[in-house]
Amino acid sequence: MNKTVNQKAWFFVLPVLLLVAFNAIVPLMTVVNYSVQETFGDNVFFWSGISWFEQVLKSSRFHEALGRQLFFTFTILAIEVPLGVIIALAMPRKGPWVSVCLVLMAMPLLIPWNVVGAMWNIFGLPEIGLLGKTLNTLGFDYNYTRQPGAAWFTLILMDVWHWTSLVVLLAYAGLVSIPDAYYQAAKIDGASSWSIFRYIQLPKMKRVLTIAILLRFMDSFNIYTEPSVLTGGGPGNSTTLLSIDLVKIALGQFDLGPAAAMSLIYFLVILLMSWIFYTVMTRNEDQ
Amino acid sequence: MAKITLSHLKHSYYPNPTKSEDWALKELNLEWDDGGAYALLGPSGCGKTTLLNIISGLLIPSHGNVIFDEEDVTDLPPEERHIAQVFQFPVVYDTMTVYDNLAFPLRNRGIDEETVKSRVTEIAEMTDLTAMLDRRASGLTADGKQKISLGRGLVRNDVNAILFDEPLTVIDPHLKFQLRSKLKELHQRIQNTMIYVTHDQTEALTFADKVVVMNVGEVVQIGTPEELFETPQHTFVGHFIGSPGMNVLPCEIKNGAAFLNGSKITTTNKAPKDIKKAEIGVRPEYVTFSDKGIDADIVKVSDAGRFNIVDTMCAGQSVKLLVQEGASIPTGSAKLAFAPNSTRIYSDGWLVGEGGAK
Amino acid sequence: MLELKQVVKKVGAETHIYSANLTLEPGSFNILLGTTLAGKTTLMQLMAGLEKPTSGEIWFNGENVTGMAVQKRNVSMVYQQFINYPNMTVFENIASPLRVSRISEDLVKKRVGDMAELMKISAMLDRHPSELSGGQQQRTAMARAMVKDSDLILLDEPLANLDFKLREELRDELPRIFNERNCIVGYATTEPTEALLFGGRTAALHEGHVVDFGPTGEIYRHPSSLLSAQVFSEPPINTAQVTKSGDRIILNEKVSWKADKALPDGKYTIGIRAHHVLPKKENKDAVAIDGTVQVAELSGSESMIHFDAYGESWVSLSHGVHPFESGQEATLYADVSRSFYFDQSGKMMNLKAGGA
Repeated sequence: MNKTVNQKAWFFVLPVLLLVAFNAIVPLMTVVNYSVQETFGDNVFFWSGISWFEQVLKSSRFHEALGRQLFFTFTILAIEVPLGVIIALAMPRKGPWVSVCLVLMAMPLLIPWNVVGAMWNIFGLPEIGLLGKTLNTLGFDYNYTRQPGAAWFTLILMDVWHWTSLVVLLAYAGLVSIPDAYYQAAKIDGASSWSIFRYIQLPKMKRVLTIAILLRFMDSFNIYTEPSVLTGGGPGNSTTLLSIDLVKIALGQFDLGPAAAMSLIYFLVILLMSWIFYTVMTRNEDQ
Repeated sequence: MAKITLSHLKHSYYPNPTKSEDWALKELNLEWDDGGAYALLGPSGCGKTTLLNIISGLLIPSHGNVIFDEEDVTDLPPEERHIAQVFQFPVVYDTMTVYDNLAFPLRNRGIDEETVKSRVTEIAEMTDLTAMLDRRASGLTADGKQKISLGRGLVRNDVNAILFDEPLTVIDPHLKFQLRSKLKELHQRIQNTMIYVTHDQTEALTFADKVVVMNVGEVVQIGTPEELFETPQHTFVGHFIGSPGMNVLPCEIKNGAAFLNGSKITTTNKAPKDIKKAEIGVRPEYVTFSDKGIDADIVKVSDAGRFNIVDTMCAGQSVKLLVQEGASIPTGSAKLAFAPNSTRIYSDGWLVGEGGAK
Repeated sequence: MLELKQVVKKVGAETHIYSANLTLEPGSFNILLGTTLAGKTTLMQLMAGLEKPTSGEIWFNGENVTGMAVQKRNVSMVYQQFINYPNMTVFENIASPLRVSRISEDLVKKRVGDMAELMKISAMLDRHPSELSGGQQQRTAMARAMVKDSDLILLDEPLANLDFKLREELRDELPRIFNERNCIVGYATTEPTEALLFGGRTAALHEGHVVDFGPTGEIYRHPSSLLSAQVFSEPPINTAQVTKSGDRIILNEKVSWKADKALPDGKYTIGIRAHHVLPKKENKDAVAIDGTVQVAELSGSESMIHFDAYGESWVSLSHGVHPFESGQEATLYADVSRSFYFDQSGKMMNLKAGGA
């Protein structure tokens, strides 16, 4: 449809445009600026071309952080998406329990991220934390501040606890939008529960699940606050994800050039992967 | 295929119904022959969908039994009743092809692929879907999808009955006509018991051999389309069936005969002596202009193409006439005659006297 | 007076309206008749100013309003879906168009009251739309469209979502309601019968073309083209190829009839509406058509017989009950004196309004 041209419309968009400019575009340009120059403070800059990019891309530190990041993201996706769908399927679709379930599900999402980190930090402490103490009492040698394995376990558990709800809520919204007639028709056709899931529920949930996967991918790839509060990237560098590494380089070592170059690479990786995800998942729609 | 018997059936959505309004479906007894085409007709909220859901097994009635042939299926779930249903909004499995959609009920029942193929091919030919078998079901138009829904019912040979719940609602008006006659044709071809629920009189009357007319949870009349048109047992049926509906005119009763504004009206039935308040019911098709009769003023003439609908005021009441195209229509005032064989006395809504008592 | 001058509407590569010329007189009831996707809704959106024509002009009372925003025009619309404000009472719903202009509360009350009475919803003014039946919701929407004295009221299949009987009831009332106003009414419908009952003027639409426009009864009884006759026939009009040669019209070697002398020799398409093809010979001019019955639909008062004859599908619509078995051989009688003759380009060739 082509709409009537209305110049006034621009005035309504203008405030948002300014806000976005100050929030995103200007800082982004600053980062681009830093990534191609070298600075020794006092506002003295030297042109350095793409050398920072080369340095970052070649460093094993970046490769390792990226590897950990990918491992983290794909693990939580592999757990949260199926788990979220299973929980959504198990939730009641009618009656008084619906609102109870929805409130329960929404709860973890309402807690500030640093609080989540702090909660799990205490929860997992081997001497006093409920989780840490219980595991040790049961005979597991568990100490997330010293063992990389335990740190990863806690980190992933925390993320699953915090974010599965999002998948549940989205999947649930997809499920309740399926008219009863579909279930009735499937029953009449003699379909098994698996067939109902495979041919009715899953296709109807596809759109919302695409959104859920994209959101969870981007969020988990960007994750900083929670692991930073929980493990601070340790023990050693074992849970140092990309964002934590980036902060270490930028604010710990004040290597602004490499940090800026890394930020841009980081940004491009997310953009590229989101695009791949989206294309793959929506590929069949137009057929 | 099966004969369907509904015995002392009653349903309420409330746990402890007390008032008569609490019953979504008032007591009813019905017998439907194997292979017949039936329709449940009534306005929204009349209980027809409740009744349909009881037959399909989606709803268990508060009282009474549903019997297929000799077997009581009242408590059986839909999948064990061997019925098929076409819903108001087309239900297809979007990710499957048309072929797989039609094959789905057979494959679920573990039937071998060779039989599946021959059945699907046969049904696709019947429902005009052959050319689309390899297409994805989601890409079809609404009428194509409804044909798939129907086809999924037809492929099975263990089906006791096929139920239709307002199947033409989302079909484009110019395709409705085609799909409607297609359904009728299919019924004559496969002779399966079919039950069709609708608020549209044309769909119900043209499809069914026998129509069940319902209003506020009650069956008002069961009959062939001709019976419903020619001898409505209740003024509701007279009004609801026919377009425009039957003229219902409050009248006086003297010695069992009806009087309108002092003139005697010849009717087929006689009113019992104790009745004081009554109505005359006569269809617009059976009111004619004549030389002698009751005085009326012509209010409006509407041209409906092959006939005219004439609105008149007669003894302070509105009376409609249906006049064929080309027939002369007087202007101003006229005299009306009611065909005696098609004019009846109703009291409290129900047809009175011999043959008419409820 | 609303004039559409060579209005074309394209969306991308697709043309939705092909050069439409229409003049809607003040106080007239104009019906846009056509199947789904014939262009009725697009034409209405162009009239209202919700869409801008790709080319062509729209004039209102001598003023060129092409491209003028809908807010600046005095237009109301009623849709197929019952659109009301759910959180407002019926009174507030009807009053809402008046709230924009500063009218005294007393006057608002009076006008809403009058409108509600006209639409027979006076008793429901305090209720919310969700507490109303479909028919009452649509009455509310119509009352809201009419309360502000619009110059142009457009109704897009307003009765399509209503139960059969409610539709009949509103169909009966609408002409009376609009008769008293001096606005231009545009009414889209897919049903020929609805168009006929409303009277007024009808524009027959087919795939974006306005194929006919004129007084409704005239368009029905004397369509200018085959397309117009097809749009204006329910059930579909029967068509067949015939040849006029000398004083005979020849359908095939067995069936022919006497021709009108004024018609030049040549090939024609005839159109005969279903109710002129009957199971019994009721007119001396009727010719016998032998065919095979596909299916007979008997409604109790009417019989609709679908049959195949000479390679065409035919439909017969008659009074009474005429049972036929599927597959049965049958003879039906077509009243050819009521048929239309169309030349090879589809142009109507009848000299007088003989058919219908």
